Amino acid sequence: MGRYVARRLLQMIPVFIGTTLLIFLMVHILPGDPIRAMWGDKAADPAQVEALRHKFGLDQSLPMQYINYMKDLFQLDFGETFGGRPVWDEMSRAFPVTIRLTIVAMAIEMVVGLSLGAWAGLKAGKAPDTGVLIFTLVVISIPVFILGYVARFIFADTLHWVAPNVEDSMDITQLFLPGFVLAMLSMAYVARLTRTTFAENLRADYMRTALAKGLPRRRIVGVHLLRNSLIPVVTFLGTDVGGFIGGAVVTEGIFNVQGVGNLLYRALQQREGSTIVGVVTVFVLIILVINLIVDLLYAVLDPRIRYA
Amino acid sequence: MRGAKSAKWVAGAAIIALAATACGGGDSDSGKDMNSGKADPNGILTAQLSEPQNPLQPANAKESQGSRVLRAIFAGLVDYEPGTGKLTYVNAESVTPNADSSVWTVKLKPGWKFHDGTPVTAKSYVDSWNWSANVKNNQTNSSWFQDIKGYSDVHPDKGDPKKTEMEGLKVVDENSFTISLTGSVSYFAYKLGYDVWSPLPESFFKDPKAAGQKPIGNGPYKFVSWDHNKMIKVRKFDGYQGPNKAKNGGIDFKNYTTAEAAYSALRSDQLDWIEQVPVTALKNYKQDLGDRAIDQEYSAVQSIVPAFYTKQFKNINPKVIQGLSMAIDRDTITKTVLNGTRTPADSYVARGVLGYKPGALGDIVKYDPAKAKALIKEGGGVPGDKISIQFNADQPHKAWVDAVCNSIRQATGVECVGDSKPDFATDLNARDGKKVKSMYRGGWVLDYPVNSNFMRDLYGTTAAGNTSGYSNKAFDELASKADKAKTLDETVKMYQEAEQLLAKDMPSIPLWFYKVNSGQSKNVFGKIVYGQDGDPIFTDVQVKSKK
Repeated sequence: MGRYVARRLLQMIPVFIGTTLLIFLMVHILPGDPIRAMWGDKAADPAQVEALRHKFGLDQSLPMQYINYMKDLFQLDFGETFGGRPVWDEMSRAFPVTIRLTIVAMAIEMVVGLSLGAWAGLKAGKAPDTGVLIFTLVVISIPVFILGYVARFIFADTLHWVAPNVEDSMDITQLFLPGFVLAMLSMAYVARLTRTTFAENLRADYMRTALAKGLPRRRIVGVHLLRNSLIPVVTFLGTDVGGFIGGAVVTEGIFNVQGVGNLLYRALQQREGSTIVGVVTVFVLIILVINLIVDLLYAVLDPRIRYA
Repeated sequence: MRGAKSAKWVAGAAIIALAATACGGGDSDSGKDMNSGKADPNGILTAQLSEPQNPLQPANAKESQGSRVLRAIFAGLVDYEPGTGKLTYVNAESVTPNADSSVWTVKLKPGWKFHDGTPVTAKSYVDSWNWSANVKNNQTNSSWFQDIKGYSDVHPDKGDPKKTEMEGLKVVDENSFTISLTGSVSYFAYKLGYDVWSPLPESFFKDPKAAGQKPIGNGPYKFVSWDHNKMIKVRKFDGYQGPNKAKNGGIDFKNYTTAEAAYSALRSDQLDWIEQVPVTALKNYKQDLGDRAIDQEYSAVQSIVPAFYTKQFKNINPKVIQGLSMAIDRDTITKTVLNGTRTPADSYVARGVLGYKPGALGDIVKYDPAKAKALIKEGGGVPGDKISIQFNADQPHKAWVDAVCNSIRQATGVECVGDSKPDFATDLNARDGKKVKSMYRGGWVLDYPVNSNFMRDLYGTTAAGNTSGYSNKAFDELASKADKAKTLDETVKMYQEAEQLLAKDMPSIPLWFYKVNSGQSKNVFGKIVYGQDGDPIFTDVQVKSKK
């Protein structure tokens, strides 16, 4: 087990360097100069543009810029924004918000998605199954974008259950509606995935054995069936964290949540390399760690899986 | 594929947003309420503001957001009267030129104080300008000081500055100083109204970086806090002695992720003023807000500019460009595609600017397909019979570019297409690098309300704002003569003559002037008054007393 984790951690290093390099290149290879763009339609003063490019190290060659960036990064220095503030500071304001949003979304996704899926799976072929199928189909085919506006219109503007905007991003109770919208799509997938594995495992040998042993139905479904059906779902949930952070760009924008999605969007608009690469680097780390946790969870869920 | 898909999304979202706004429209009240009740002199106003790009240093706000806060915290020497653009004194008692307008003497109103209690003196101004002009201090607006003698010492084209002080600035006594310019500029006093020229307290120079996070100014509001990406708080400064004392208790500048979010906050009265109504709500906002809707023109112009370095426009007969201009149906486009967010332009100079002359361009900006066709034919036709208009797709320009192209195509038969660049940086890259294929979108918001700003700074052969390669000797001569004129009136008049010169030569095709489409909440007492730059005069906004 320990050796397996160590090996996985070592594997993260090349993946980490590769992804940061790719993002770094993508940001810096775009045509146009973000420093010049600060002047907009007005004429830029070449001497000042040059001085600013020097200040942010943009006058160096691309490989040099990358080496410098990585050097700072290993000392946990994420560089500065064009506004002269540490990127780390920007991120430490935004990440807690998005993490809260992700937790809310995850909770909704798991509770609602799993129950819907289990219900449909147990009643495979009957009315609840068809109902869940239609519901998930509708949810999957509507873009988050529109879902967000519709949800706001229904719950905020018409029913007045919640405020239309998040006024305090750190208040988890205000994040319920955006979290719900963010979770919708994945929730539909989780429901479908759970439904299929439930329906399949219902016919498995161990189910018949459990039934033959005379176990109560609650225990059969709750322990034997549920636990064995969770593996594909957990895999999906793990990869989905990345999706949440991507989806947050849209959801956070609609509901005025000052999180990472919003930070990234603004940085992209201004082509602020340091912030973009910094945020994505942290994303990559989060996704790598979560994947590792998911793999380790397999062993917990299914005793047949052992890591050496 | 991708474009088509996202267009559908936008259309879908627009329909829903419209439905949402239409259904919610019932709760909008009439304007009677706006002036009823009482104003609370200590009421706090909540206004929209995106995160300023740079630290809050006076010469470091190239965008409107930082500028909005700076103008609350700092007071300059002069300001402009809204509507007429006339000069009024704020911190200055007088700003007087010598005979040829090359040396200016500034006298300050005595007894002014910064928010930290230190006095505002001539030195506060001179030190501030010297610091801001220095290329090493990386202020985005540093080139504003280029008229001052010795600017090139602190801001050389290449290498490190030789000096830290401009020789043109001399402190005479505590409350007066002189500014020597490199040449004659009769409207120099007008330039002084911009935030760049604010004074700075001594504490600033000890740690400019920290001061950019916690600015100390001399303006109507004092800075309280800056919670990054969320809110900037300023409160009324009781010791303020200027003419524009705050009529409210302070402002909370709040950050919203999108125009839609801000608009819905405004409608639920959580926000008192928004910057701009979102595109999706433009059709309905007047019904939604009733009298609280704001529809206000400001001094900015949008035009399409031929790239004179291309084969197509190198030796073009101006009549062709005049013809293209007359082929654009400005009235219809501003009313339909742009939803009344612009008004058709009738001159190179925007309205509200000193020297703006209604109808200065005469028939050249009137829609007349027959005459347009004739003029183009007379001028020898458009080379290649096809033009393209370059624009940046990260702003909503595509709709009007397509409309303008349609108008030209239908009126004259000249093929016209939009040339879309993914973002502003890429668009500017092509413009600066002289790689525009045919024509490009140009925009200009006033720097100072004198007509020279809309001509010399854009169409002068050596002007930094001239990226089209346009050059007209007669115009250059007239402009430099106008700058040296004895009085401002003469300067303005000469520039009006120069405008007629440009009308014959067509360095660009003015399309329309900008408007602010905005709104105010029910908490605001009376209607919000706007300045010439498209921003409210926040000190005059009154907040309703909550009883």
